[in-house]
This record gives sequence, structure tokens and C-alpha cells, in this order.
Amino acid sequence: MKQTVLTVQTNEPIAKSVYRMTLTGDLSAITRPGQFVNLKLDGFYLRRPISVCDKDGDTLTLIYKVVGDGTRTMAGYGKGKEIDCLLGLGNGYDTALSGNAPLLVGGGVGVPPLFWLARTLIAEGKRVTAILGFNTEDEVFYENEFRALGAKVVVTTVDGSYGQKGFVTDALAGLDYTYVYTCGPEPMLKALYRAAKVDGQYSFERRMGCGFGACMGCTCKTVAGNKRICREGPVLKRGEILWED
Amino acid sequence: MGRLNVTLCGIELDNPVIPASGTFGFGYEFADYYDINELGTFSFKGTTAEPRFGNATPRIAETPAGMLNAVGLQNPGVDRVISEELPKMRRVFSKPVMANVSGFSVGEYVEVVEKLDGEESVGWFEVNISCPNVHGGGMSFGTDPKAASEVTRAVRKATKKPIILKLSPNVTDITAIARAVESEGADGVSLINTLLGMRIDIARRKPLLANTTGGLSGPAVFPVALRMVYQTAKAVKIPVIGMGGVSRAEDVIEMMLAGATAVEVGAANLVDPCACLDIIRGLPGVMDRYKIENLQDIIGGATK
Repeated sequence: MKQTVLTVQTNEPIAKSVYRMTLTGDLSAITRPGQFVNLKLDGFYLRRPISVCDKDGDTLTLIYKVVGDGTRTMAGYGKGKEIDCLLGLGNGYDTALSGNAPLLVGGGVGVPPLFWLARTLIAEGKRVTAILGFNTEDEVFYENEFRALGAKVVVTTVDGSYGQKGFVTDALAGLDYTYVYTCGPEPMLKALYRAAKVDGQYSFERRMGCGFGACMGCTCKTVAGNKRICREGPVLKRGEILWED
Repeated sequence: MGRLNVTLCGIELDNPVIPASGTFGFGYEFADYYDINELGTFSFKGTTAEPRFGNATPRIAETPAGMLNAVGLQNPGVDRVISEELPKMRRVFSKPVMANVSGFSVGEYVEVVEKLDGEESVGWFEVNISCPNVHGGGMSFGTDPKAASEVTRAVRKATKKPIILKLSPNVTDITAIARAVESEGADGVSLINTLLGMRIDIARRKPLLANTTGGLSGPAVFPVALRMVYQTAKAVKIPVIGMGGVSRAEDVIEMMLAGATAVEVGAANLVDPCACLDIIRGLPGVMDRYKIENLQDIIGGATK
């Protein structure tokens, strides 16, 4: 973990309400795909946690959806803007457990953290399949970027306006995979948990206070006891998950 | 004695800056960011007799210049605090620590204090009679002078270490509670705990916090806290620890001029892990600017 100032290089919309921001600076504290950063934005008291989409040298890529006042402010930042960041937060994904054919399943802005993961897994010589799920065509992003990495990609939209119609779980049939890595809204994670019986790692989202384990704002119950989503998470192993209802 | 030193209930502090309970865990999360021995001390996570999960999530909501929390005293229980947390804490913190204790009955406060009393690293007890986020305990002891007196009397018998009662601002007259605990042998009072508040999620038309209400902290509460510290310091003879929205060195000076012997810093730690370090490092410059030689000399300076 490290507190540092990063400088915005680019910040542009890539889909409906979805932006990609690249920043440069000392990223040495970011060690694994699936970790997140916590950004101090002007005029807001608490930081905003955003998952790492990619880390390449000293360039950090973040993809975020404008959902409220904080992310709207973020969308207004231009090149040269300096942001106070906490880096290297959360446990991230463990690629050692994937077997030779991992399946990556992302829903909406759950897709971004899977990108650096896919790049890492492919570099490790694994055969990666990615299901990218969205509601509608205008929300779709990063299909080509995943393909360019060498992943097999299936895009689903709930309304069928692009790719395969339905939920990510509707795309599982016929796919051959050894392990699941996923990030997305909790109902999607739950549906996937039921549909994909192989072992896997599931990344969860919670409203956070600090993002580094101090406030106990994001605690959840797991098979292995209480875990702070920001610290012992956001990635839980399949066998640790206790669904709340 | 250095310029920043103060004496709190007989124990000397290198400086008056104390991270507040519930914002600093048992210290080791922050040791990744700086050497926490630079602190005066810190007040560790509120400890109860049994392990507590706390409230459902969401437990946190942002507010203008602050935040609401309704964590609900999540902690592993006093036995695991002693067997697991304090050994981890001692690896990164070598000064006397302030043990924050909570309970749902007078007997529970006594049990937790008795168990922690043998821990050499515990310098003070901070007895939380003001948690707004639990039902049937916490704040219900701190909003009634009789109940506050009862807890103080019982805890007083359970330890010879200094006991500091942490007071709730959610009362008509905080000085009445302060006087009540002073008369039962409290060595100090700390204030303010958070102010009860809430937010509503407009899209869902429901309270944002799962607990409906939560405690407000952050810069938004600083003037309210300062006023209560000032009133309380004038009403009692025991030391007052001031807290509530303290974010910078100037806030520490204001609190001390209002009568605080030491100052706790809460929400700021959650936004900036180095907040307390920055405050401590900023103090000498601010003291120079205002021609303050020693912090100990300014305590209560504005109450005279």
C-alpha cells in the first residue's frame, strides 16, 4: 500500500456513462490484477475506490461508470490533473490456481479488473475465455481489447441488442473451462456461483469508508470468518462465500 | 519536556495527537504508512466482552464535509483482542495505548476492563458510553447522568489505571453528564462521540445506511465539538480530551485553547492514513506563527 500523486494523461468516454482514465506515476504498490485504488476527488470527503483495469509500466488504466457526483467530477478531469491516490489496495486475483483454461466473467463495470488479469493469464501461457455481460449495446466496451490480448470473447446483452441475448450465465453452455474469475453486480455473481460449479475467485463490491482496513465499513461474513472487502477482499475464493440471503 | 508534550492523567505524551477509536483499528494497518510511535498514543478499536459482527452494510455514507458511520462496534471480543490484536499492535507500537471499552450492561464494562487491566501496554481506559449505533447499550449509558454515574462507579472499582469517559453529544447538556462521571471518580472525559444523523438514497427512497441512522463525524462537526469541549472544560476539573472533526494542526490548537488537554482525530484517518502524522509535523510551524512556546501552556487559554 502506498499514498502517492498520479497525473491524468487521458480521460474519455468509451461507452454510455463509462469513461477510461489513464494516469502516470509510481505504481510500484500495485502488485496484482483485481486490486483497487482509492482516489481523493476535489470537493468530496471520502475517497472513491476504483478497480485497476490495467497497469503497464508507469501507466495505470481505470475504467469507471458515472453513477453519482463523485464520478461525475472525475469525468471532468483533464490531462495534467493530479490526483492523490492510495494504491495497491485489496488482495487481488491469484493466477496460480487457474488451471490451463480459465473463464473470466465480467458484468458492466465488473469487466475492467478482468483485463489485466486476462493479460497476465495469457502471458502465463493459459487459454483464456472471457464472457463480457452488459445490459444494452451502447454499454458494451473492451470486446476488441480482450480479443487483441488473444482471449476468446463472448459478449452478452440482456436485451439482445448486441452479441448473445441474455445474461452471462446463458453463455456458459458449451464452454470448456477449468476455473472461474469474476467481477460484477452481486446478483450476477450469485447466479454464476450456482451455474458454474468449478472453483473460482469472485470479486465483490461494497460501500467503503477508508478502503484500507481501518473503519470496518465493508465487512462481510464468510465461511472463513469476517472479512473486510477492502483488505481481505475484494476477491473471495468460491468456497469462502456466504450469501447473505 | 518538548514543546509538544502534554500530561494526560499522569502519563506524559510526546504530543497531544491521538487517533480516535474506530478509525485506527489496533494500529498496524497504519504502520504500513508511517511509524505510529510518532503519535502521542492511540485509542484502539472499541472492545466488548463477546465478539461482535456489527451492523449490516452499508455502514458508511458520505455527507457534506464529513461522513456517517453505523459500524456497530464490530470487534473480535476482549479475549481475542488480548490474545491476537494486542501482540500484533505491540510489534508496531511501544507506547502506552488507550483501551477503548464498551458494553451492554454495567457488568460487561467491568468484565472487559478487568480482563484488559493486566495488560501492561494499556495506559488508560476510554470508557465508551456514547456509541450511537447499537441498541440497548452504548449511548443509552451516556445520555442519562444516573446511568453514566453507575458505569463510572463500577469501572472505577475495577482498575487503578486512569479512566476516561467518552461522552455523547446527543444530549441536552453534556456538562451534566461530565460532572456526574467526575463525581464518581472519572480521571478524564473525552468528547464528542458522533452526532446522530441520517441520509436517504433518493433512487431507492430508503435510508442509505442499513441501520437507518449513523454517527456524523468529520470537519462538519468541528464547531459543535469545540463548543462542547469549551463548555465541559469550564464545568469540570478533570482533563478533557477534545475530538470531533479535527483535521489539521490549527484545529488541535483551537481544541486546546477551548480546554482540551489532548486531542483525538477520527474521520481524518480514514481519508488520509497519514493525517495524524501531518498534524503532528504541522504543529511546530503553527505554534511559531502564533507565538506559542509550549502546548501545555495554552490548555484552556480561551476559557479564562
